[in-house]
Amino acid sequence: MLNMIDKVWIIPALMAVSFLVILFFGKRWGTKVTAGIGIASVSICLILSVVVAGNWINRVNNPPTGTALAAEIVQANGLTPQTGQTISEEVNAATKDSGETVATDSYGASDESVPPVVRTVTWFQIGGLQFEMGTLVDGLAAMMLITVCIISLLVHIYSTEYLRGDVRFTHYYAFLSLFTASMLFYVLSSNTLQMLMGWELVGVCSFGLIGHWWEEKKNTDAALKAFLTNRVGDIGLILGVIITFFAAGGSSFNVLHLNEYALSGNANTTLLLVGALCLFGGVTSKSGQFPLHTWLPDAMAGPTPVSALIHAATMVVAGVYLIARLYGVFFSGLAIGSSTFHYVAFIGGFTTIIGGLLAFVQTDLKKVLAYSTISQLGYMVMALGVGAWTAGVFHLFTHAFFKACLFLGAGSVAHACHHTFDMREMGGLRKKMPVTHATFLIATLALAGIFPLAGFWSKDEILAGSANGQENAYTIMLIFGLITAFLTAAYMGRAYWMTFWGKYRGHAHPHESPRVITVPLIILAGCAVVLGFTNFPKSFFGFKLPGSFTTRFEHFVEPTFAFPPIAHAPFTPWLAIASTILAAGGLFVAYQYYEKNRGPHGLTSRSKIAHAGYTFLENKYYLDNLYTGVIAGSTTGPLARAANWSNQNIIDGAVNGIGNGARKIAGVVYAVADQIIIDGAVNGSGQGSEGAGQLLRKIQTGKVQQYASILFAGAVVLAGVLVFVV
Amino acid sequence: MFLNQFLLLAAILFCIGVYGVLARKNGVLVLMSIELILNAVNINLVAFGAYWHVNDLANVSGQVFALFVIAVAAAEVGVGLALVLLIYRNRQSINIDDVDMLKG
Amino acid sequence: MKDFLNSWGISLMVFLPLVGALAMLVVPKAKEQFHKVVALAASLVVGFIGILLMTNFDYDASGRLQFVVDMAWIPIINSRYIVGIDGISLPMIALTLLIVPLCIIYSWNRFPEPKNPKAFLILILILETGMLGSFVAQDLILFFVFFEVVLLPMYFMIGVWGGEKRQYASLKFFLYTLFGSALMIVAFLALYFLSDKVSVDGQMMHSFDVRLLPELATGISTGAALWIFGGMFIGFGIKVPMFPFHTWLPDAHTQAPTVGSVILAAVLLKLGTYGFIRIAIPILPGAAEKWAPFIGLLAVIGIIYGALCCLAQTDMKRLIAFSSVSHMGFVMLGIATLTTFGFQAAIFGMVAHGLITGMLFFVAGSAKDRYHTLDISRLGGMLKSMPRMGWILGFSVMASLGLPGLAGFWGEFPAILAAYEPGLGLNVAFFRVLMVIAAIGTVLSAAYLLWMYQRVGFGVPSKEFEEDPHLHDVTFSEWLAWTPILILIVVLGFVPNIIFKVTDGAVSRTISIVNGLGG
Repeated sequence: MLNMIDKVWIIPALMAVSFLVILFFGKRWGTKVTAGIGIASVSICLILSVVVAGNWINRVNNPPTGTALAAEIVQANGLTPQTGQTISEEVNAATKDSGETVATDSYGASDESVPPVVRTVTWFQIGGLQFEMGTLVDGLAAMMLITVCIISLLVHIYSTEYLRGDVRFTHYYAFLSLFTASMLFYVLSSNTLQMLMGWELVGVCSFGLIGHWWEEKKNTDAALKAFLTNRVGDIGLILGVIITFFAAGGSSFNVLHLNEYALSGNANTTLLLVGALCLFGGVTSKSGQFPLHTWLPDAMAGPTPVSALIHAATMVVAGVYLIARLYGVFFSGLAIGSSTFHYVAFIGGFTTIIGGLLAFVQTDLKKVLAYSTISQLGYMVMALGVGAWTAGVFHLFTHAFFKACLFLGAGSVAHACHHTFDMREMGGLRKKMPVTHATFLIATLALAGIFPLAGFWSKDEILAGSANGQENAYTIMLIFGLITAFLTAAYMGRAYWMTFWGKYRGHAHPHESPRVITVPLIILAGCAVVLGFTNFPKSFFGFKLPGSFTTRFEHFVEPTFAFPPIAHAPFTPWLAIASTILAAGGLFVAYQYYEKNRGPHGLTSRSKIAHAGYTFLENKYYLDNLYTGVIAGSTTGPLARAANWSNQNIIDGAVNGIGNGARKIAGVVYAVADQIIIDGAVNGSGQGSEGAGQLLRKIQTGKVQQYASILFAGAVVLAGVLVFVV
Repeated sequence: MFLNQFLLLAAILFCIGVYGVLARKNGVLVLMSIELILNAVNINLVAFGAYWHVNDLANVSGQVFALFVIAVAAAEVGVGLALVLLIYRNRQSINIDDVDMLKG
Repeated sequence: MKDFLNSWGISLMVFLPLVGALAMLVVPKAKEQFHKVVALAASLVVGFIGILLMTNFDYDASGRLQFVVDMAWIPIINSRYIVGIDGISLPMIALTLLIVPLCIIYSWNRFPEPKNPKAFLILILILETGMLGSFVAQDLILFFVFFEVVLLPMYFMIGVWGGEKRQYASLKFFLYTLFGSALMIVAFLALYFLSDKVSVDGQMMHSFDVRLLPELATGISTGAALWIFGGMFIGFGIKVPMFPFHTWLPDAHTQAPTVGSVILAAVLLKLGTYGFIRIAIPILPGAAEKWAPFIGLLAVIGIIYGALCCLAQTDMKRLIAFSSVSHMGFVMLGIATLTTFGFQAAIFGMVAHGLITGMLFFVAGSAKDRYHTLDISRLGGMLKSMPRMGWILGFSVMASLGLPGLAGFWGEFPAILAAYEPGLGLNVAFFRVLMVIAAIGTVLSAAYLLWMYQRVGFGVPSKEFEEDPHLHDVTFSEWLAWTPILILIVVLGFVPNIIFKVTDGAVSRTISIVNGLGG
């Protein structure tokens, strides 16, 4: 088989070339060629990614041993040129450092850990130290490669129809290419500095694509908000990169080196704690964790395929990926699995609830999905926080597909309904758009976690991880998880019924979208059905498949090198049943309220009108009378409003307040300190010398004889001084 | 040596010169007064030169100095007269009080 | 070839622009085409010599001065004509050699009022001599002379070709920098008289030789060294400009003609930071250590303060000028750490800032030519009326806010990184606080730049400019002048080693001098 694993840099490079070609020639060659270039390059990337994944699987099955392994390890952890030890010493040190040799599995059993494939070149040198840039391929990277490529490809195809006739079609495709390149660059990074680079580059693409229709201020505001909020988190990322760099000896940014150091036992835990917290600041903004999640719903101002690709499936999981990639640092820095300080897990869990509740008060279909994304990202972070690495990453994997499907489905609906995402103007679309409806339904069920769709398996693993991790210390996370399971099903049910059932309430003439749009939907829905089986539990209600069919995802994706010892929660039947009941219950409740219009509507609706008043209802963050009544009637209503209020007023208000305050302070500083005090001193000295000049010019009469007199007088005085004094 | 007499003469000449420079308005007269000042200096130079080197008559540095001054003075008068001439041409006057264009 | 370069290369490079200027001096100013061609040719030939020097430069020994010429100049005070290039000066020279021809190309058909290309181009050439001379001089007096040579042409450029308040601005620029120079020369003289003597032709004399002074100055008492460093600090700090000596900069930039702004931002400001790295710190490391926390503090105040002032600006050019204060703060922070990382960051930051801010000023100047105003509230929709220029502005904005993958990042990130572990006996906790504040500065810089871009680039053009026929997209000469800069910003962003590798040897040497003799 073609060995791509050494030359994996070609994949992002290809997309970068595609970006440049589209940017410089796209306008000239027309939209068809532009889209063709984009699609062709992503397709090639997808094929190459599959090859890479194949190479990796092959490597896991036939791991290197002996000296080959030692050489690989030296190459991987990036110590080679710097320690000044001899190679053999390094190998010993490296093998020792790499710690556990995990992955004793029934299939492809091996006592050795499989080091990732790292290929580097010198990037720059400072103070004699060589810093390297390169690619790191392991199961996680390969999984991300495939995920990004598939979704990017589908979005490329989908966009040919969705953005047909758009003014900036070429720019759009250029940015899609650039985004894909940056994202692939990011996931293949072998060191944190490179990750930082990819991280910011995807942020720029996000900025450019949210602001795609920049004629409207609303969109550019959203783009700015997204970029600046992320920039705030990036402070944390930058500082985290710096702190971990120095903590691990100040000689290498290599991620494996950092992980190894963090897990080595003689690590400086205080530094690691600070470093990990700083890094988590970056995660908080990029992956929309509370309290920096506010940019994500606004980011929906961009074109829908972009929301699917960037703000649901790939870019926003960059933060989750960061934790997964630097798990050693987070694991020992934040003492995951050993302390009562569950920072990561708690923030993740809290975010799931916050996001889930907010999803109820949205009338904009995309915003529902956006808040759902926040909630699900919280789920992943929570999973990583409770030590269920595989569960978190697995959820990242499955979520990418069904959430992309939901977004693209929403786009398809909007495409049919005059580009509105307002669910109040939808309804009854299930007959008019059967394919969109079917795929949306499948993705909704997958997201809600209904057996046997993908979401069921990944969500269940997370819950099992929370239940079993660290001797049941994560009870609160488990509760968060279960509540979210209910909420997810309920708000998705709400969105689903409002969009596809009932009577059509809009003014357009909806029709099924063309095949360019539906085929990607079908593919994604298909993925949402089958991908859950990639990590089929070893024992499912006592049902056991052969070893070579269970937990394949865990086997191939979970690192075995420079990776902390984590427990793998077994499949927990009671949890699976409980979560399924909750999800079904959520769907049922939503069905009753939104479709059948049952429940205590009237009562709360009256009290609501009595108390909140007209202006409150006019507020665009609330639904109109009927829906407000329904939501107020549900138990989640007040909670959601409180969350929404705090979201809009406290957090967002603080952000705006800081912005306005900074502007005001800046105004004062500029007007008073700069212009009056400092500049005043400068001008004052100038004016002083001018005044002196004005006085002195009186003496200059232009009459030579006066000058001579003064000169003579001066000479006489000097002579006098000389004679009589000295 | 009669050094004092020379110095007295020079001082008188110098004072006349200074008076001329400071008080007279006629440009030519001012120039002439400057000449007087210079010549006063020359007398001093020669006198001092002779006085210091009374035992070494071959050393004529004072006189040489004076010669230099005379040469420079000649050049200076040349330039000065040219200036006066030009001023006269332009303003039909050689009253130096009229030439105060450099007033601040 | 090598011999020729060794003995004549640098001198030829430095003084050839003057020869060009002399040739132009004797030709009447009506022959504009002649003047343009001669000026461009002179700058290109100088660039070619520079390239020859760079290709013959021994990169493995970048810590060593190369192509050194050492001749008697003013024997009575033992000031010598010593020039040479090492890894620190090489990037700065390359930057100068690039920017000057591009400026000439840019102004080819658009000399600002009152036209007169002859005088304008002569000034640019004199500037080039001054800038190159400052970067190669290894003798304090020689350095000072070149440093001052730069001043006058820039004064005239602002004062004659500038905007409405040009006289105020040019005078302020001139007097402010002159004030700094005065203190600087006093410091140089003090250094000269207080340092040990060396033997010159059997005679013991004081020396201005930058190469020898680090050793000779060890005998200076701590108190005196602190004062001397203070003098140089003000002299160089005004040029940088450091907070609170920065107020000449916004006025000068706002009033200067486009090309003047570009040269000012791209090269002139670097003379100050270069002075710190080349002269002040290696010669007086002990004093530098005492001053460093203060410099670091002012640098960080500059970062935040400059950014805040940017947020309050209504004029695009003035905003960019204030952003220089902020960005040079990062450079100074890097220098204040006294580490290889910090110095490397500073040098990279100097080059990057030169390219990026130069680019921003180019775009601002071109925008002013078309809109006849740079009032941010009146602009808008540049992407619509001039899409290419809008893109270029957007690109430069992204570069300026320190996006990884573009040049600006490599000036900021290593500087912040260096502040984590400052050199010598500097207070670690204090510098870590500075590090965090500097990191916050990156957010502010994103805020003001994007805010500016949102109102200039995005949106739709206002009524005023909707149908304005002057709003044509990037012209040929603009493309010619801008493309190299744009390409370099990307290339340096992805391959930072182009600069880091060159400077590494020289910086390591400087730091070892600092460590060996200071503290």
